[in-house]
Parts: sequence; C-alpha cells; structure tokens
Amino acid sequence: MAKKILEVHQLTTKYITRQGEDVYSVDHVSLDIEEGKSLGIAGESGCGKSTLALSLMGYYFAPLHYTSGEIIVDGKNISGLDPDTVRKTVLGSEIAYIPQAAMNAMNPTRKVGKFIEDVMQAHEIKMTKKEIRDMAEERFALLGLPTEALDKHSVELSGGMRQRVVIAISTILNPKVLIADEPSSALDVTSQKMVIKMMKDMMAKGLVKSMIFITHELPLLYNVTDDIMVMYAGQIVERGSAHEMVFDPIHPYSRGLMRSILVPEEGTRDVKLTAIPGTPPNLKHPPAGCRFADRCRYATPACKVVAPPLLDIGGGRTYRCSFSVDQLREVYQNED
Amino acid sequence: MKTEEIAVAREDTRESVTFGADRNKDFSKEPLCLSGRGVTRVFHTGKTTTVAVDHVDFDFHHGELISIVGESGSGKTTLSKMLLGLLEPTEGQIFFHGQPRDISTNAKKKEYWKGIQAIFQDPFSSYNVFHKIDSVLLDCINMRGGKSLPREKKVEMMTEACSFVNLKFAELTNKYPFELSGGQMQRLMIARIFLLKPDILLADEPTSMIDACSRATILDMLLNLRNETGMTVIFITHDIGLAYYISDSVYIMEHGKFVESGKADKVILEPQAPYTKRLISDVPKIHEPWDLSTVDLTAGN
Amino acid sequence: MKSTLRNVFHSPRFLVGFIIFSIILLTVLIYPYFIPRDPLQSLGKGFLSPGTYVSVYDANNTDPYRVELPEADAKRLEASLPASDRVTMIEFLTAKNEAKGDVDLTGIDVSDENLDALIELWRSNYDEQDVRKSKYPGFSTMAQRNGLKRLDRKINGSSAGLVMTVTRGEGEDAVTTTVNGSDYVKVSEVSNAITLPLGTDNFGRDTLTELVKATGVSLIIGLIAGTVATLLGLTVGLLAGYVGGWLDDTLMFIANLFTVIPGFVLLILIYFSIGQAARGITTCALVIGCTSWVWTARSVRSQVISLRNRDHVNLSKLSGHSLFRIITTDILPYIASYVVMAFILQVSSGILAEAQLSLLGLGPRTTELPTLGLMMNWAKLFGAYTSSNAWWAYFPVILVIALISFSLNLMNTGLDQVFNPTLRD
Repeated sequence: MAKKILEVHQLTTKYITRQGEDVYSVDHVSLDIEEGKSLGIAGESGCGKSTLALSLMGYYFAPLHYTSGEIIVDGKNISGLDPDTVRKTVLGSEIAYIPQAAMNAMNPTRKVGKFIEDVMQAHEIKMTKKEIRDMAEERFALLGLPTEALDKHSVELSGGMRQRVVIAISTILNPKVLIADEPSSALDVTSQKMVIKMMKDMMAKGLVKSMIFITHELPLLYNVTDDIMVMYAGQIVERGSAHEMVFDPIHPYSRGLMRSILVPEEGTRDVKLTAIPGTPPNLKHPPAGCRFADRCRYATPACKVVAPPLLDIGGGRTYRCSFSVDQLREVYQNED
Repeated sequence: MKTEEIAVAREDTRESVTFGADRNKDFSKEPLCLSGRGVTRVFHTGKTTTVAVDHVDFDFHHGELISIVGESGSGKTTLSKMLLGLLEPTEGQIFFHGQPRDISTNAKKKEYWKGIQAIFQDPFSSYNVFHKIDSVLLDCINMRGGKSLPREKKVEMMTEACSFVNLKFAELTNKYPFELSGGQMQRLMIARIFLLKPDILLADEPTSMIDACSRATILDMLLNLRNETGMTVIFITHDIGLAYYISDSVYIMEHGKFVESGKADKVILEPQAPYTKRLISDVPKIHEPWDLSTVDLTAGN
Repeated sequence: MKSTLRNVFHSPRFLVGFIIFSIILLTVLIYPYFIPRDPLQSLGKGFLSPGTYVSVYDANNTDPYRVELPEADAKRLEASLPASDRVTMIEFLTAKNEAKGDVDLTGIDVSDENLDALIELWRSNYDEQDVRKSKYPGFSTMAQRNGLKRLDRKINGSSAGLVMTVTRGEGEDAVTTTVNGSDYVKVSEVSNAITLPLGTDNFGRDTLTELVKATGVSLIIGLIAGTVATLLGLTVGLLAGYVGGWLDDTLMFIANLFTVIPGFVLLILIYFSIGQAARGITTCALVIGCTSWVWTARSVRSQVISLRNRDHVNLSKLSGHSLFRIITTDILPYIASYVVMAFILQVSSGILAEAQLSLLGLGPRTTELPTLGLMMNWAKLFGAYTSSNAWWAYFPVILVIALISFSLNLMNTGLDQVFNPTLRD
C-alpha cells in the first residue's frame, strides 16, 4: 500500500459571525491522499469546499477558527500549531495553497524573480541571489515557462501565464500537498488547459507529492483528479474514483450534480438535464437529520430526523445516506 | 437578510428540461426577427482605438434560439448592447423585423424596447435594491399599457407570471429581491419577461452566476418561454457545452468577428474554423478524451 | 431602511458623535430661554475672570446674618498676608538669626500650612525696641523699620476685634453702620450680583452667552455652506457622471479649475473683494459653500459612473424610464448614504472655514452677531492670548469648535462603518 501523504481525521472548523454565532462550515471531515494521487472536491457554492481548503493548511485567521481534529502531513501533525510556526514551517514547504485570484495577488511593482527571493527569505533558507536565480530558471524551464518571465512585472504577463507563474513560485519548495482552489476558473479554456497540464506535469515529475483540486466544474474535475469527493453543507457526502463518481454516483446529491454536466460532445442534446430544487441549509442551524433531506426527492420522514453516518463500502468509496447502495441503484434504474 | 433564512417560495418540482419544440426544426423559413449587416463598434480611449465588434452579419429568425459563444474579450457583450440599443453601432445597420432599426429619439427607443428585452448575468445587480418585488412586476404591466387595469387584474397577472417560474406571488409581496436566492432572482427576471412579452429576449450569460444544479431550472424556463410565446431568444454565453445543449443555431465569436455560425449540431460536431476546433478541443469532456499531451506549454512564450 | 437606521445607532462611534452634537445643539436652542441676555451687551470693561461678582454697595445694604465659620480668622489672615509680606517676615527673621543666632528657622516657608508657625515665630522675635537698637542688615533705615511696624500691626490687628464702620451719605444725612467679622449676606438677597462662568471678553461681554450665540450662528453657517456645497456637488456629479460626454468634460474642467486654485486662497480673495460691509452671515456661508463643492462632485461622479453600468440601470433604460427617473430612483438612492456622509463633513469643514477666515479678520461684519471665528478674532485683537492671559476668552471657543468637528467626524466614520461593509470588523 502506498504511503499516505495527507491524513485528515475528523477536522472541524467554524466561522464566528459578527453576531457571535458559530457556523461549522467544515464538520468532521476525514480524508486521506496517497503519494502521487490527486483528490477533487466538488459541490455547489456555499457547501464548504473552499473553507475546507483553507482549513487544511492549518493556518487560521478570523473569522475562521479551528475547533477539533487532526491534519497529518507526511506523518507530521500540523493541527493546533501556532500560526507563526505554521507560516514558517508548513506553508510553502509542506502545503502550498493557490486560491482562485492568485494571479492577481502579485505586487505589480515588483519583478517575478523577487517573489522567489521572498519565499526563500520567509522560510529562512540561506541562498545567494545567484543560487536562487539558477534554481528559479531551472524550475521555470522544467515547467515550460519562459525564464524571461523572472525579469518581468506581473502585469506584463497574460492571465494564464500569470497563474502558471504563481503556481510555479508557490511550489518552488516542493511541497508535499498542493491545494488548488478553482485555479483555472477565471481563465479562458485554452489557458485553463495549460494550467492543468502544468499541474499534472508537476505531479508526474514529483515536484508535488499529492494534490487537492477544488472546482465546481465537474468535467474538469473528472479529467484532472484520481478521486472525487462531494461535499454538502460542510460534510462529505460521497467519495470515490473520478470515473465511478461521474458514471455511477450513489448519493442523490452527487447524482444531481453529475446530471447537470453539459459538454460539447455528441449526445449532449439528448441528456436529461436535472435540477436540484431548493438551496443548501443555513449552517447556523443545521437540520437535525440528513442535511440534504429537504432537497432530496427520495427523502422519507425518517431522513429528516436521523442523520446518516458516512458508510465505507470498500474500494475507497464512501457515501452518506440512509438507503443502501442497492436500494438507491434500483431507484435510479427505475427512473431511467 | 440572509437568503437561506428566508425560504420564500418552495422551489419547483419540474426537474428536467423538456424541449417541446422539434429540436431539428429549420428556422430559415421563418421570417427574420433581427438581423445585421456589417455591424461594427469602435471604442476610442485616448489615442488607442479598439474595434470591439468588427463587421458582423447575422440573421436571427422568428422563434429561434440562438447562442452567441465567445470568450471574454471577444466582443459579445458589446454586440449584445448594440442589439439591445444601449449602444449605437459606429458602422453597419441592424434590421428589426426586416426594417432598418431607428432608435434616434427617445420615443422610438421606447417603442423598440417593447420588442426587445434582456436578462443579465448577475441577478444581484439586476435589481434596484430599494424597490420591492411587486413594484418590479407592476412596472412591467404598466409598460405594456396596463396602467389603468384594476388592482385585482394586475395581481392576477403577476401571480400568473410568478407561477410560470414556479414562484408564489403571495409569498413575494412586500419582499425585496435581495431576500431571494440567486436562482430565484433570475427566475423573477424570467417572470418579468413573461409579463413584458417582447419579440426578442436577449439573455446575457443568465446562468453563469448560478450553481450548475439550479441551472437546469432556468434553462427549462427559458425554453418554455420560447415554446409558449414564440419569442426569439438570443443566448450569450462562454460555455460552449451549454450553448450546444439549448440552442438551434450557434454563432462563434472571436476578436469581434463571427468565425463560424450555423445549426448547433453542425457547428459543434463538425467544426470548420480553427478557432472553433480549438475551443471545442480545449473544453474538458466526459465521454471523449481530453487530450493534454498536445498542449504546448511553451506556446505563446 | 429601518434596520439600517438601527445599525446606525448601534455604531458606538456614531452614537458618541451624535450625543456630543445633540448636547451642543440643545444648549444652543435652550440657553436663550433661561438666560435671555443680549450676547453682545457690554457688562463692564476689560477681561473679567470667571466667577461671581457681587455689588459691594448692595452687599452692605443687605441685612446681614450671623455666621461663625471656625477658620474665618485664619482665612482672613491668610488673605491679608500676601506672599510678599511673608517673604519680608522671613527675611527679617533670617537677618535676626544671622545677627543673634537665636531664631530657629526650620520648617518655615511662605505656604499657607506653615503660616501659623511663621506668625508664632514672628511674635516671639519681633520687638520694636530691639529692631531700632540692633539695626539688622536690610532693616536699618527708618522706612524699613516702619514697614516692619505696619506688618506687625496687620498681623496682630486682624485677630483683634473685627469691626468696620461704613458711612453712607454725607453731612447730616450720613448713616453709619457697623459691620462685624461674623456678618454675612446671602448672595441671592443682594440686589446686584452676577455669575460669569466664563468671565467676560475685552468688551466686558459675558463670554458664555456670547459663545452659545456664536455656536448657533456658526452652526447655521456650516449648515448653509454644507447644503450649498452638497447640492452643487451632487448636481454636478450626477450630471457629469450619468450624462457623460461633453457635459462631463465641461463640468470636470470647471471642477479641475477649482481644484488647482487652493480653496482657502480663493476664499480669502472672494471675502476680501466683497468687503466687510457686505459680508453678512448668509453671504459668508454661500461663499464657503460655493468654493467647497468640488470634491463632493468628483466622488459623486465616480460613484455614478460605476453605477451607470450596473444591470439594473440598463434594465431601467430598457423599461423606457426617463433620464430624470433613472437618476432619482436608480442612482440617487444608491449614493444617498454617501451623500449624507459628505454633507456631514461639508458642515464640519464649513464651520472650520468660517473660523479660519474670521480669525484672519475676514469674517462677517461684527456689529450684529458673534461667530466662533469672530470670538477668536476679538480675543486675538485684544491680547487675550498674550498680555491679559484671559484663557476664558478663547479656550472655550477652541473647545467648542473642536467638539463640533470631532462629533461630526465621529458621526461620519460611524456612518461609514455601517454603510461600507469592508470597514466592518
């Protein structure tokens, strides 16, 4: 069995609102990623996928607060460390995080190469400017980025190039886990493909050992990651391999998501597109039973009372529903 | 104030898109609704001149659902503003029902806007936050000349429009639009169109800010609207998969020009223009492989 | 709207500013009903320090009460022996000590606490005969010795029977009354007494009454100036921002002209050219308003430009609404909170501008009404800052100006916090 790079046990984090209420937007989430594997996280907006990404870094700032659980990166527990230690010893070197707007986060008055020097300085790595420059050039060449970009200001680069440069800088210390939150959503499809290609190259070349990829675009997730995890209202509702999740989803919510996929290929016009009615529950007062029950077309009165546990059905698949897999499959079959 | 706290209307029960009309209907026999010849828009900022839309020709037929697909910066937003009459073309002519469009005076503009209406991308900025939902809908009735109708008749019309988009008018009175969810707000926009009954509806990325799982509902309603009223729908989007799914004809736009246009099946499944080919191949797919090996990372360096 | 109002009053900053401002405003409104005195009436001559002034004549004419205060004598002694006398006493004792060496001067100084010990020492050491004989250095001349004699009488005399006779009238009509050390009159029974909490200014005018009136006038000036500036700025900003094109260019050209010429210099020039005779309160306020609309116009314009492209404005256009209706219903409500905030700041800066100009002697003509700036100007002209050391003539004015602009700015930041979500913590 391959080595586990990232293990998360029952991680719970909360937002504290201005009114002082607790909102548990990541609620007892457990997951693990093996070396060389990638995990995709899907869900509609407000389901907690971006908060999970933030929470996984172990670096919390108001209004997000750590509550309980463990984050173990390559055998090292990073949960509950003080923010300064996390910033110096975890971020960048163990875990790298790329938010959607990363490409706009670069100070426009400084040259790209300067940011790499900053990374080294922040991690107290003793290297001369020449050494840093050589290393940066080597890394840029390896990732297919022009080395001239190091001498440019970020505004001189195109959006796609800027995003790739940011990713290259963030991973210069070869972090074990790369967390990318919608890294390509703001880009056109051609640049998106290049960003994805570079990230996959980084995985293949071992520059990063594992990757968590968050997006609401399911076709993209299907093509990028090995596994897909679906989140709903702060909880994991289903996890499985990308292929299983897209073609054989178990949970009614996952099924609803997969049935909203539209791609420009033959047969799309014959797809029976479905909608999930309603909106996600307010996490200030989460429902007592199954959190999806209010929007689920198969929900029984019992579903609204009893919260189903996350069931492991082997082969790396888990789902959270009161019905058995067979029951659900039968219902789905009758529908089609 | 939070949208989740106020579950205003129970959402719809309809879950799948029904096409109703024949998907392969030939619209070229239908009369022309909106067309353009050599439509161009140039912007001058300081000394730089930008050609946002560059001599485009188009023929939109009555009852057709047309998609204009383009990436950001392709000029599709400028084109949509020209179609709506919010901008005048610097060159070329737009024809409305076969006649050259004349919107030189305010009265003529008002008349034109009875025939064309729009739904915009961001439901949150589409409403005046100081106006209640009732006044949004009442305004539409007044615009259609229903100002003197009795109150009961107006309520009846508003209730009908809301139930068309699966909202309950009784629960919406005295509420502000921002108390609804994004999907509900966008559906209220469709209810507005239902009341206005224009000949042409221009939908500018109406689903791009909406979660994919609520998207089907909006699309369903747009299609219903088209089927029931015979409205021409111009759908502007950057999502080629979505465009393929709902439209009869597709116009692909690049750098202010239409590089390819035609029946949806033909354009998407047998693309001719290099740009269309690239666009389609770059979109991640499910059944067909998404080939990353052909990506040249050094391209454009 | 209701919840916004509630939020506004939940903001501590706004609340503090609002309370301070309300207190000032209430004082201005209510004060004249309690003290209906003409604020510019002269009550005396020169600066009178704060305190209660009792007519001596009337005090003598008032029926006395007998009151025995335990420390009365000591206090009188203290009051009658000023520091200069005490210094003389110590000098004499020191001189005697140097000549004879028999005076213990430890613990002796000029303070009130040690006055008893000093007097005791004096009594045991001063002897008229001895002084004449010994000719202590510094007290050898006749005049110096007489000085000591007078001092000794003062010390001993004040503790002897305290009786004073007062004679009113002349000749045969003269009435002589005796005033005892323990005779007291009630201030309220004295026919003429006045309390001046802040003293008087150089013209002998009650500073407090004048200050309250001046605050009211200055607030009116600020209000007029703020209203004019906000209305002008709002109109220009809305038109330039929404209509755009040549109108925008023209209006912004004018606004730029106003920006390049320093506002204060412009104000001074305008004020000077109007001439003092024509400078009434309203004129002053209008001129201030007309020179400070520029930045309101600029920021309203930039807000309108960003609103102009919002979809709800486009939809309003598509609904065939008129320009006027779009501006009033689709644009104005969105910037209303901003305009209120700008108005508050304009009022504050209007008051400050008036104060600055008046201090320079360019304020409204001085005959009818006081303003805060004029009060400062008078205090400056008659040396309250320097020679007279009359702090009461200028310090309260400065405090009121500071409080008004502090409270207005506090309200502004409070509103900003409520209306601008990015500033919320």
